[in-house]
Amino acid sequence: MVKTMILEEKLRAQLQQKDILLMTHIVLGYPSFHVNRQVIAQMVGNGVDCIEMQIPFSEPMADGPVILKANQDSLAAGTTVKQCLEFGAEMTAAHDIPFLFMTYYNIIFKYGEEDFFMAAKAADIQGLIVPDLPPEMSPDFFRFAKTSGIAPILIFAPTSTNSRMDELNTSADGFIYCVARRGVTGAQSEFDGEFDSYLNRCRAATSLPLAVGFGIRDSEDVRAISGRADIAVIGSKTIQLVDTEGVEAVGPFISNLR
Amino acid sequence: MENQTVFGNWGGSYIPEILHQTFEQLQDEYLKARNDPHFWQEYSDLMSTYSGRPTPLTYAENLTRHFGGAKIYIKREDLNHTGAHKANNVMGQGLLVKRMGKKRVIAETGAGQHGMATATMAAKFGFDCTIYMGEVDVQRQRPNVFWMEKMGATVIPVVDGSRILKDAINEAFRDWVSNVDTTHYVLGTACGPAPFPEMVSWFQSIIGMETEKQIKQQHGKPPARVYACVGGGSNAMGIFQGFLGNSDVELVGVEAGGKGIKSGLHACRLCGSDASPGVAQGYKTMFLQNSDGQMLETHSVAAGLDYVGVSPILADLAEKKRVRFESATDSEVMQALDLTMKMEGIIPALESAHAFVQAFKEAPQLSADEAIIINQSGRGDKDIFTIAHAFDDPSWKKFIIAIAEEYNR
Repeated sequence: MVKTMILEEKLRAQLQQKDILLMTHIVLGYPSFHVNRQVIAQMVGNGVDCIEMQIPFSEPMADGPVILKANQDSLAAGTTVKQCLEFGAEMTAAHDIPFLFMTYYNIIFKYGEEDFFMAAKAADIQGLIVPDLPPEMSPDFFRFAKTSGIAPILIFAPTSTNSRMDELNTSADGFIYCVARRGVTGAQSEFDGEFDSYLNRCRAATSLPLAVGFGIRDSEDVRAISGRADIAVIGSKTIQLVDTEGVEAVGPFISNLR
Repeated sequence: MENQTVFGNWGGSYIPEILHQTFEQLQDEYLKARNDPHFWQEYSDLMSTYSGRPTPLTYAENLTRHFGGAKIYIKREDLNHTGAHKANNVMGQGLLVKRMGKKRVIAETGAGQHGMATATMAAKFGFDCTIYMGEVDVQRQRPNVFWMEKMGATVIPVVDGSRILKDAINEAFRDWVSNVDTTHYVLGTACGPAPFPEMVSWFQSIIGMETEKQIKQQHGKPPARVYACVGGGSNAMGIFQGFLGNSDVELVGVEAGGKGIKSGLHACRLCGSDASPGVAQGYKTMFLQNSDGQMLETHSVAAGLDYVGVSPILADLAEKKRVRFESATDSEVMQALDLTMKMEGIIPALESAHAFVQAFKEAPQLSADEAIIINQSGRGDKDIFTIAHAFDDPSWKKFIIAIAEEYNR
């Protein structure tokens, strides 16, 4: 299947039909690629609009305990970057939704930035999320993103000033990942008045769709951000769910989110 | 040094967006402090009245005679308050924290000396304090844990990853992103995102400034060589800065050779060929990592040298061949330690003893009118459990068994 639409257009097309999109997160090789395959099938089958696949790293400094442990266990089981790229290609061929890679910068740096973008392009990956790469640290990365047509997803945080958001927006593509609160992945967030004014600042800074992540755990959270953001990101929660209740629990969980 | 964020091919600031603003503030306060002569005066007065600076430069007469070459001098950072050079950086950052108006400090620690120094500073300045320490290091540096807790700090053992220094750094960053408004992260070495490498080196330059004057007074001219152990690299940066401008002085950094550089069980980033360029923990340097970019396990008898990365400033100085890098194995370290205790009545930390090993190898090659300086970055009595265990000391074992029996009763 040839996919020609860029990520933002695909998301916009979906947003014509849905109030809010769902993006989920999996850690590649955790607990195994076999389980990843089943989980992704359940997610896609139950309406997930976009999936970020994390290539594990030994030092995931922005991740909380659940994703941290998943990274470590995956690496302990022998997961390699090559396997992750192959698995990515398999998933984009099997499912008609956009897939992204999320990883830390060292994985890409060590692979070679240009080579990594070429490999990700060959795997039909639509976007890259790299939480420890501020745009000012690698102009090359953003150049390769442009030439390969892979969206570099940038992150806004509640601590980002308006001028910083403007600056980030000039390098961003696809959508903006708005971190709901201070902290690492996994802990609970409050979607209160302060959150509203933060999202208003995000909206003012960019014309790209807004994804909200960090601590979205149930349909109530998804409802709370519907109409305010475009994409709800569910990360640690589905990883926990697979750990405690098994792969089969993922489908019903996803279908009940909205 | 000018204000820099990259050093040749190294350094930078690879941080999550959530920390961007706080780094701007830190960079700003640091530059203000650097450009304010009163700040350095306040710092230097504090180090004099609270920390016992300047620390002495000791002529090691017996070791000099024993090796029969260059005169051996020892810079005594072990006599700095809390027993290591770490306090220099920590008190400096403490003054910055006061200026920034933050009320809580966090720190990582490997050997426990940086945690000790941070807990001490927090007690003195009235800050809340949390220390992250790898579970392995909690075990091997138990006396420091005891004192940190007694000074009111919370010590959190880190059970992720290899449970050593790098894992404690990751955990401290996770705390920081959660509590960024109230908290300053007192990074303990000349690593991490800018401005830490340069800022920590600036505070540690007090060692080099003192040493440069002291050696001229005592020896009449600059030394031929200066030796320092290199974990993250802050004590080395500290003393080297006194001599960087004088190309006649050879600077030697000594890394942890562990079980031997060929064994794979070591922490040699700048000597040997196991490390490669990478980006982790917020900065670019030479890391011990595999071909996918996953960090490797490191090994050293000295917790403070047991680290996958190294100061980006030292990576640059190594590349420019201004600093030569060597390594010392665990067993060489125990021999050098034994000799130094017996001949000089001085107990270097296991970390510092690495520098002694290389100095002892090279002293005989130099003539008697030359001097060499070893930076004794810390004192060894914190290592009593490790050292007693390595010496397999019978009377110590008997004592521990007796104490354990007393507690078991």
